[in-house]
Amino acid sequence: MSLLRNIMDGLRSLFRKEQVCQELDEELEGFLEMAVEEKMKEGMSRHEAGRAVRLERGSLEVAKERVGSAGWESFVETMWQDLRFGLRMFSKNPGFTAVALLTLALGIGANTAIFTVVKGVLLNPLPYPHPEQMVSLAETLRPYPQFAISYLNFLDWARMNRTFQAIAAYRQNNFNLTGSGEAQRVKATQVSAAFFPLLGVKPVIGRSFSPEEDKPEGEPVVMLSEGLWRSRFGGAPEILEKTLMLDGTGYRVIGVVPKEFYFCCDNTNFRLGDVYLPVGAWNVPWMHDRGAHPGLFAVGRLKTGVSLEQARAEMNTIAQNLATAYPDSDKNAGIVLAPLKEQMVGNVRPVLLMLLAAVGFVFLICCVNVANLLLARSTARAREFALRAALGATRGRTIRQLLAESAVLAVAGGALGLLLAMWGTQAGLAVLPQALPRANDVRLDPQVLLFTLTVSVLASLLFGLAPALQAARADLNEMLKEGERGASAGGHGIESAFVAAEMALTVVLLIGAGLMIRSLTHLWAVNPGFDPRNVLTFTVALPASTAKETPNQVRATVDQLTDAIAAVPGLNAVAITDGAFPMNGDSEVGFWVDGRPKPSTQREMPNAVNYIVGPDYLKVMNIPVRRGRFLMPQDNLHSPFVAVIDEYFAAQYFPQQNPVGERVNLAGFDPPLQIVGVVGHVNQRGLDENENSAATVQIYTPVAQVPDEYISLLAKAEGFVVRSQAPNHPTTTAIRHAIEANSQRVAYDFEPMEGLIADSVANRRFTMILMSWFAGLAVLLASIGIYGVTSYVVGRQTHEIGIRLALGAERRDVLRMVLGKGAKLAFAGVALGLCAAFGLTRLMASLLFSVTAHDPLTFVVVALLLMAVALAACYLPARRATRVDPMVSLRYE
Amino acid sequence: MPDEPSDLVQGTLDMLILKTLALEPMHGYGITARLEQISRGTFRINAGSLFVALQRLHRAGLVRSEWKATENSRRAKYYILTQQGRKRLEVETREWGRQIAAIARILEAS
Repeated sequence: MSLLRNIMDGLRSLFRKEQVCQELDEELEGFLEMAVEEKMKEGMSRHEAGRAVRLERGSLEVAKERVGSAGWESFVETMWQDLRFGLRMFSKNPGFTAVALLTLALGIGANTAIFTVVKGVLLNPLPYPHPEQMVSLAETLRPYPQFAISYLNFLDWARMNRTFQAIAAYRQNNFNLTGSGEAQRVKATQVSAAFFPLLGVKPVIGRSFSPEEDKPEGEPVVMLSEGLWRSRFGGAPEILEKTLMLDGTGYRVIGVVPKEFYFCCDNTNFRLGDVYLPVGAWNVPWMHDRGAHPGLFAVGRLKTGVSLEQARAEMNTIAQNLATAYPDSDKNAGIVLAPLKEQMVGNVRPVLLMLLAAVGFVFLICCVNVANLLLARSTARAREFALRAALGATRGRTIRQLLAESAVLAVAGGALGLLLAMWGTQAGLAVLPQALPRANDVRLDPQVLLFTLTVSVLASLLFGLAPALQAARADLNEMLKEGERGASAGGHGIESAFVAAEMALTVVLLIGAGLMIRSLTHLWAVNPGFDPRNVLTFTVALPASTAKETPNQVRATVDQLTDAIAAVPGLNAVAITDGAFPMNGDSEVGFWVDGRPKPSTQREMPNAVNYIVGPDYLKVMNIPVRRGRFLMPQDNLHSPFVAVIDEYFAAQYFPQQNPVGERVNLAGFDPPLQIVGVVGHVNQRGLDENENSAATVQIYTPVAQVPDEYISLLAKAEGFVVRSQAPNHPTTTAIRHAIEANSQRVAYDFEPMEGLIADSVANRRFTMILMSWFAGLAVLLASIGIYGVTSYVVGRQTHEIGIRLALGAERRDVLRMVLGKGAKLAFAGVALGLCAAFGLTRLMASLLFSVTAHDPLTFVVVALLLMAVALAACYLPARRATRVDPMVSLRYE
Repeated sequence: MPDEPSDLVQGTLDMLILKTLALEPMHGYGITARLEQISRGTFRINAGSLFVALQRLHRAGLVRSEWKATENSRRAKYYILTQQGRKRLEVETREWGRQIAAIARILEAS
């Protein structure tokens, strides 16, 4: 009640000022008039009475002032005055204002942009109900911390566990979608029946899979993504009645997955599908083989109140039980659990946090620069403050006014920064959508706005406080007495400290960026073992009818396809590739050298990366032959089974002997293969593979010797690599035409080999580019800072320099004096920065490649570079100092 | 020296104004005159202090105001004690009595 009245009264005073003032006037005048009349009754003259009343009761003006400033609204009013005054000051100094605003907008904008990303990706909960219960599951198989799950094991986990509400498996597949329009290659995601309910996904129309449909004997059913439903079927609800032809089999459509559904996991290769199918209905031999790991991973939802640790303990027990029951496939197998969010974003966390730190540094530098600008200006305004003080303004009042001015600047800068951030975030995400998980969760929301506001207010305090305190501290008498120039006395201590600090921050950023650049340079210099230039990769899906052909017919079809591609003019070589492919797909096989003891279980066999390729593969990839020969067209089903191994294989398993002529057994494959040659090792897992894990040995086997029982692998789709004579010659269009001359074939996923290599370093490159931008910005700001302070000091010392020159100092001495001061400042900053960097760069060690976090070269180059930049920035004002005309500067006095 | 006006004990002005208004609604000068008359000139009230106090009381909802004609047919703002103000006066009077008694006891003890 009274609070409300207080607010109402205050607002009335603010907004109906005229009326309130008038009422107060009338009331006070009445009051004094009555007092005067009283005195006159006692016999005083009107004049005497008036004097006596003013003495006793105080003057009308003072009373008015006291009443007017008693309420809270007067605080608001002074603030409003201060703000208007600030705006006026800034509009009178457009140059200063533009520089300060731009600096702040850059600092706040960059922070907002990075924070938006960090918040969307790292801080926001996953978009599922009770996201904290979500856990990802995988098998462990040395040396891999995470390995695909065997489907039979998965079924046992789901059946035996007591700690999960449900667990669901998923894997990737591809299908040719035919009928109703052009043939189209669609991404399929095969999931357990529990998958969608577990993630809380409600179909747009229809329903998700039933447990009966998630079995080999289940009716073939499919769910569509909303995107495909709208683009291909116009979003018609009748889709539920229809049958979809995928690889020639009909699937009944039972539901549509909403476009809001998001699940993405780099670590487990999950991607959103165009269509979804029940994984249990996928009736292929390796789904029924406990030793096979057909690309499956799982996600689970813990029961309420169950901790991840409890679930881990239980799954460990289950793994042990399975190992006892099925030693051949499960001995030494484990189950690895991790919070789902960790799986989804764990990879990018260090990158994002580092960028956040970097951008925070940039922010500090911006604040320092604006603070210096304000300091310089407040020194110039010293007389104004002295005058205010003389007229009765308290220190607090002056500080308040200056802080109000900073607030105006910061809020305007923040608003500009927000615009920059909105634009920058969108542009940034558009450049690199794939490198970042949860990119669609990145958006400006109220919390981001709050962040920007907080940062702006923080900025206004950071850059406004020092100048305000300094201005308020100024000695009134000194100032009025000495006039303009007297203010320089104690002034530039803070400025110098600020400049040294921003130099130090810049050093840290530059070293961070430098280390990233060095890492990338090293990475690009890595020889991947093959020549990626002019190499193009793509995949061809064969007509569904191919699956029904006899094995020999399939082989003929594949040969025909290879010939059709080879006929495209401008191609040097063409090879089919299956199994593994460098940087883009793994496939491994257990093996043992013939004549040496066979490991008792498949788990105990060493693994080799298995490339199943055509004879021209070596020619396409330019991999060197070390011994013997590579695979040849003559290696087919009518000749002995052969293999080619890489040099690591040879060194590890045939250290003292020539492997050519020896034989090797592959798990699940009879008879043993004869080794006919040794080739160079290639980087299978990206340019940095040697850094992260021991490289796996490699084995090449000919496509032509794929036995009948595995021929169905070939009948579906083929990977190809081609080498052209020149970049972009022939075009992908020409190749596509040649392939799709047969209308049932679809060619897709065209990707230059160099692109695949670039993708393998995308994370690092992204970091490097942003770090370089931030460091560049920091250098620019820091040089502006040191330039500003030096010019300011020179300006203040014109008189002194004039005297020196008049007394016979050489211009060279003046130059040396000014540069010396700048150098001292820069040196202090650089030294401080080197120490800070020494402590901080360790945190980015995981992002570096064959460079230590304390790389001396980077440290030295950065230090020298920044010193040079600082001296260059000081040179201009220093030269101006040497041009001082002693006569002019002395006459100034 | 009763002739020399003295300052009010901190915070008592509000209570005294409320007490004055408890008798009848009154304008600013009336309040001053009444207080000075009853205190026999011990308290002298400055216009600034009075109107700041009245504004404070008004905002606290303890008094309300209206413009009326005085006996000399002049327009003046009259202040009227509200129900809330009456209650506050009772509380403050009681509290004041307690404090006075306590202070008296302390002074007598020595």
